Amino acid sequence: MRRLLRRLEGTRVSSRGLVVALPYLWLIAFFVAPFLIVLKISFSHAALAIPPYKPLVVWTSRSVLEIRLDLRNYLAMFAHRLYGDAFLNSLKVAFLSTVFSLAIGYPMAYGIARAGARARNILLLLVVLPFWTSQLLRIYAWVGLFKANGLINETLISLGVIHQPLTLLFTPFAMYVGIVYSYLPYVILPLYANLEKLDWQLVEAAQDLGCRPWQAFYKVTLPLSRNGIVAASMLVFIPATGEFVIPTLLGGPNSLMMGRILWDEFFSNRDWPVASAIAIVMLLVLVPCMMAYLRIQSRGSDS
Amino acid sequence: MVTAIGRRAAGEPWNDPDARPYVELRRVTKKFGEFTAVDDVSLKIYEREVFCLLGASGCGKTTLLRMLGGFESPTAGRILIDGEDVTDVPPYERPVNMMFQSYALFPHMNVEQNVAFGLKQDRLPKAVIRERVAAMLEMVQLGEYAKRKVGQLSGGQRQRVALARALVKRPKVLLLDEPLGALDKKLRERTQFELIGLQDKLGVTFLVVTHDQEEAMTLASRIGVMDRGTIAQAGTPAEIYEFPNSRFVADFIGSVNLFEGRLVEDEPEFVRIDSAELGGTILVGHGISSAPEAALWAALRPEKITMSRGAPPQTDNVTRGIVQDVAYLGDLSIYVVRLATGKLVRVTRPNTARHAEPVERDGEVYLSWDAASPVVVTR
Ligand SMILES: Nc1ncnc2c1ncn2[C@@H]1O[C@H](COP(=O)(O)OP(=O)(O)O)[C@@H](O)[C@H]1O
Ligand SMILES: [Mg+2]
Repeated sequence: MRRLLRRLEGTRVSSRGLVVALPYLWLIAFFVAPFLIVLKISFSHAALAIPPYKPLVVWTSRSVLEIRLDLRNYLAMFAHRLYGDAFLNSLKVAFLSTVFSLAIGYPMAYGIARAGARARNILLLLVVLPFWTSQLLRIYAWVGLFKANGLINETLISLGVIHQPLTLLFTPFAMYVGIVYSYLPYVILPLYANLEKLDWQLVEAAQDLGCRPWQAFYKVTLPLSRNGIVAASMLVFIPATGEFVIPTLLGGPNSLMMGRILWDEFFSNRDWPVASAIAIVMLLVLVPCMMAYLRIQSRGSDS
Repeated sequence: MVTAIGRRAAGEPWNDPDARPYVELRRVTKKFGEFTAVDDVSLKIYEREVFCLLGASGCGKTTLLRMLGGFESPTAGRILIDGEDVTDVPPYERPVNMMFQSYALFPHMNVEQNVAFGLKQDRLPKAVIRERVAAMLEMVQLGEYAKRKVGQLSGGQRQRVALARALVKRPKVLLLDEPLGALDKKLRERTQFELIGLQDKLGVTFLVVTHDQEEAMTLASRIGVMDRGTIAQAGTPAEIYEFPNSRFVADFIGSVNLFEGRLVEDEPEFVRIDSAELGGTILVGHGISSAPEAALWAALRPEKITMSRGAPPQTDNVTRGIVQDVAYLGDLSIYVVRLATGKLVRVTRPNTARHAEPVERDGEVYLSWDAASPVVVTR
């Protein structure tokens, strides 16, 4: 009897082990393994072959296994200003996009969280509604709005506000509009989820203790929505750093970003190793951001 | 029941027509859409009083308190504090502080920071803030918890932080919304006395909202009994208990036997009421002002009825019945007596002697009472 019980227990543990292992298997198959492959390619060198790079591990004569780590790709990134500039530009664009998105998204999330239950559902629906069409289409729609004979210019000219069409398309302005527009739902939703849980009586308590409304916001609402702000920032900053489509379609020729370089190296140059090295460096910058984010989050949930 | 009449609010300012009210509501009404939450309430509260708003859940107590705090603006009427019309003054400029029902402590601050919040807002010097916060925390016995996060406190400790945070600003009036509602019974009783002690020491005027009549009796200098947005009666706990002005108040505070009847004798010194429910007349030892034919009720508290097995000597205010139920509560026993008319009468008797004349179920008893005991209410 006891043995039977023990055996039952054994199977239970192993099935639980399986459940615990599943996410890890997933991570290994779809994150760690690709990462290792990209890491491997980044230490190789482009070649006319299939796949288009030299193997890392070669058998030379007399049974010598030679591993060559080619650091030129990484060194090239420091040697050419292009990469560094594009990298800094990417971070700048991602940072400003995050700031703009928060500046627009926070008031919207706040308004939704404070709206009545019915209005709230409609507003949330409107926020996620754009997701029902493809992002590419929506960006093309902005092209249609921004171009010289587009809707904005036509309207302004017919109203007599301007006489010559404004240059809107292929400007940083158009690019930021496109990025902020695309990522706004990712800002609003986590902020809303956070603000919706906020006990508004805390704001009243702050006012009771002498805070004007904006002071109560600054001292109570804002600190208590920190987790939402951090989550929203990460959801914009990380993908915006590698953003490719929007800068290409809306941004000017000067808006050279890492995503664009990656694309060019990979498809135009067919230089997989350099593209991989770029990807690895981006990851090395973004992962610390993620870690900081997770730490702030877990510290927040302690309190 | 412990009451604290005359301990606070020296004298009885509410009986003095020249006394200046500290808080005054003038015909205040609050509507939410079609619904009237507070209905034409006028009220005067005096300095150093502990005024309790007592009423069932949903009768508008919190709404009234929130209007005093400035969180709701009245649909009609004016609110004055210390002679100043504050009806349109925002909460952050009112000389009152509120202790919220949920306490509303700031979760991102520790105990000390919570208490210091209002003083920092007033831009007091750092040293003064530190001193006042420390003194306040001592007073509510939280000195050693100053650095704790509020999430790590027990219910009673949170309650004291909320109290300290509101009191440290030395408001003219402290508004307390069900201050002890979240505490368990034992702790609540102890805290009631601590609250009275603090109020006595600091001399702040308290306006307390509660649905617990015992709590109101313990804390209050005066009680305002609320009924569906109106104040049914305001008075000292003893006044409210001994001279309720309506069936609602009589029934809400303690328990009461009500006998419906009509006047058969109406003299300045006494009245006699004929009650079909009682199956006889009730002699009331004081005059009343009522229309002769109007329906009225004699209200008789259970502890004011004497129960005996032998016939009492008096001829007025006596009736007979059968004991239908006995509940032994330790300090007293409750008897339910069925009269010949079928009316059930509640009688309480203190268990002073251990072997008092036993009254058993189904036994026949005489019920009698003093002419001074019944109160006549007309609504
Ligand atoms: N903001 C509001 N909107 C609509 N109705 C409200 C609002 N606040 C309170 N009420 C209603 O007013 C009535 C009185 O509420 P409240 O003052 O909280 O009662 P109490 O504190 O005595 O339990 C309740 O019926 C409640 O539903
Ligand atoms: Mg309430």
